[in-house]
Amino acid sequence: MKIVVCVKYVPDATADRKFNADNTVDRVGVQGMLSELDEYAVEEALKIRDGDESGDAQVVVLTMGPADARAAILKSLQMGADSGVHIVDDAIHGSDSVGSSLLLAKAVERQGADIVLCGMASTDGSMSVIPAMLAERLGVPQVTFASEVTVDGNTVRVRRDGDAATEVIEASTPLVLSVTDQSNEPRYPSFKGIMAAKKKPVEEITLADLGVAAGDVGLEAAWTKVEAYAERPPRSAGAIVTDEDGTGANQLVEFLAAQKFV
Amino acid sequence: MAKQVVRPVTSLELFAIDGQLDDEERAIRQTVRRFCDDRIRPHIADWFEDAAMPVVELSLELGELGLMGMHLEGYGCAGTSATAYGLACMELEAADSGIRSLVSVQGSLAMFAIHRFGSEEHKQEWLPRLAAGEAIGCFGLTEADFGSDPGGMRTQARLDGTDWVLNGTKMWITNGSVAEMAVVWARTDQGIRGFVVPTATPGFSAPEIKRKLSLRASVTSELVLEDVRLPASALLPTAQGLTGPLSCLSEARFGIVFGALGAARDCLEATISYAGEREIFGKPLSAYQLTQQKIADMTLELGKGMLLALHLGRLKDAGAIRNEQVSLGKLNNVREALAIARECRTILAANGVTLEYPVLRHANNLESVLTYEGTSEVHQLIIGQAVTGESAFR
Ligand SMILES: Cc1cc2nc3c(=O)[nH]c(=O)nc-3n(C[C@H](O)[C@H](O)[C@H](O)COP(=O)(O)OP(=O)(O)OC[C@H]3O[C@@H](n4cnc5c(N)ncnc54)[C@H](O)[C@@H]3O)c2cc1C
Ligand SMILES: Cc1cc2nc3c(=O)[nH]c(=O)nc-3n(C[C@H](O)[C@H](O)[C@H](O)COP(=O)(O)OP(=O)(O)OC[C@H]3O[C@@H](n4cnc5c(N)ncnc54)[C@H](O)[C@@H]3O)c2cc1C
Repeated sequence: MKIVVCVKYVPDATADRKFNADNTVDRVGVQGMLSELDEYAVEEALKIRDGDESGDAQVVVLTMGPADARAAILKSLQMGADSGVHIVDDAIHGSDSVGSSLLLAKAVERQGADIVLCGMASTDGSMSVIPAMLAERLGVPQVTFASEVTVDGNTVRVRRDGDAATEVIEASTPLVLSVTDQSNEPRYPSFKGIMAAKKKPVEEITLADLGVAAGDVGLEAAWTKVEAYAERPPRSAGAIVTDEDGTGANQLVEFLAAQKFV
Repeated sequence: MAKQVVRPVTSLELFAIDGQLDDEERAIRQTVRRFCDDRIRPHIADWFEDAAMPVVELSLELGELGLMGMHLEGYGCAGTSATAYGLACMELEAADSGIRSLVSVQGSLAMFAIHRFGSEEHKQEWLPRLAAGEAIGCFGLTEADFGSDPGGMRTQARLDGTDWVLNGTKMWITNGSVAEMAVVWARTDQGIRGFVVPTATPGFSAPEIKRKLSLRASVTSELVLEDVRLPASALLPTAQGLTGPLSCLSEARFGIVFGALGAARDCLEATISYAGEREIFGKPLSAYQLTQQKIADMTLELGKGMLLALHLGRLKDAGAIRNEQVSLGKLNNVREALAIARECRTILAANGVTLEYPVLRHANNLESVLTYEGTSEVHQLIIGQAVTGESAFR
């Protein structure tokens, strides 16, 4: 069984973030990291691999991004993934999700995968669209936002926790699976994992390797265009509930429910 | 565009230390830091107050990460660089010196002694389990009357047929009561020799030393050996004389060179954040020149200590470090870390004396760190001898 995990390299949210002159996010000159939500996807892949009885299951991590994005692959390899594929090409700059999903789908096809694993959302764009787009492009089922995953042969069963109900759905491989931050507890890379990662293979591929024309991706081809941006206004004071008549607790719960915190 | 808020840098960022580390070193540091945030920091004040911690579980978790004997090669050890080991010690000690002590004694004293001086049989039997944290080891050199001068030790091992019979008492032994094996140094008619002693051997007991005011989140014990009979194979074959235990100490001291700075960093970070929030006479404490003078000087000492530690790390990785150089690091960095912890305490004032903040806990811990692995005076004598050519030990 082959599991391809799509991982995104994102700017570190605790560091200063910048935009380029063309209004794209500066992904080159800033401190970046493996998107934290994708650690759950890596962990799930490792669990599926380690639970696979055939013993020949392997986990390939796939990222699309600038040269520095290799760090996201490295982190996944340190956690225990077997090898990496890095789509890196100057023409990728500014790709929107349509372009990103095209490249990722081509790379998955090139690898061949029984399960394509994704995070629930990136921590920067956070649109949660890539998994669905990937499934569509690959022509395979999508099982998304899984908070629990069971793999039994070529059947994948997941639990999805919605606001009002929980559903259990299943599909057979090949498929695209995305997991939430409730699905598992990502492991820390062990020192042996860190030492071993250096020796694991990482393949760098370009648009040419994927047979994609430069005009089909990148800023020019993007369906969205960032016209302008502004800094977020400072936080407002927030809502203060003063309990005068004993309904304070109810008001609090209603507030939290309205914000979908509970 | 909205105005840019300048984010203050941390003391070590000011020294641009990260640029001196490679990816692997940063990854190892990150793993240890995350582990400490998740598993140590939420509990450490309680462990310290109660002088009790789940040492068996912790040791398994530390082993799983690869911390135990991490810089040794083979036998289940991770085989990292010495610098990476130092950085791991720094993160552990930023949480608490007691946790770092657990790892130092296991890896640099017990495991190192076996790795360097043990028979193949010793290595096969003990190293994989010690590396995994499944077994805990300790190192018995000090005695009640012989600390700085271990050569005077009274514990003795005599041959009876082919067996060795050990008698004596060791004092201040980290991990003693929880250990499954002890490396014990004893006087024999062939000089000082080392022995691998399973603690289940009849005649061996290890009562815990209570009422410590320092390293409360660390087990310290007496080792009592009463006619402990061991087979000939218990002897560490290649350790002859005091250089055996002393070379182990040099390993552990190296970890402390980095470790002590972790405690200092933790104090300084807590203090800078406290001083920024604490309003006194109408403005933050951190906005007073007197406070900034303290913080600037502490930043400088922390950064200087870090540069020294990294320099020693690179020397050790190049196989070119000398014991006197490790002494430079141990003397300076522990002494400065303790000074920083105490100075931080003055800024936190009354809050500083509680376990709500880490500073007095670190200061108290560092009192032990100042004493074990060679007291400051012993390191001064080592450095003094190196640069004057005169030995002033006796
Ligand atoms: C307002 C806006 C502005 C944008 N500006 C820019 C820009 O300036 N420059 C630019 O390059 N792009 C820009 N994009 C595109 C965006 O950053 C992503 O490249 C792409 O749209 C993926 O969407 P997402 O980050 O929301 O991923 P999601 O759909 O939230 O991601 C879900 C999962 O898909 C996988 N995945 C997502 N991206 C990758 C990847 N690159 N490699 C591997 N796996 C991945 C991960 O498993 C992830 O957990 C912008 C998007 C928006 C909405
Ligand atoms: C918490 C804790 C854990 C420990 N863990 C271990 C362990 O795991 N294994 C182990 O073997 N030991 C351990 N030790 C013991 C430690 O190594 C000794 O305490 C240390 O070597 C000092 O010995 P001492 O306390 O007997 O002091 P002493 O040797 O009695 O020294 C007293 C004072 O005299 C000074 N002094 C010594 N020699 C000279 C000299 N020549 N000239 C001038 N001044 C001198 C010393 O610096 C000190 O200030 C531990 C100690 C502590 C506190």
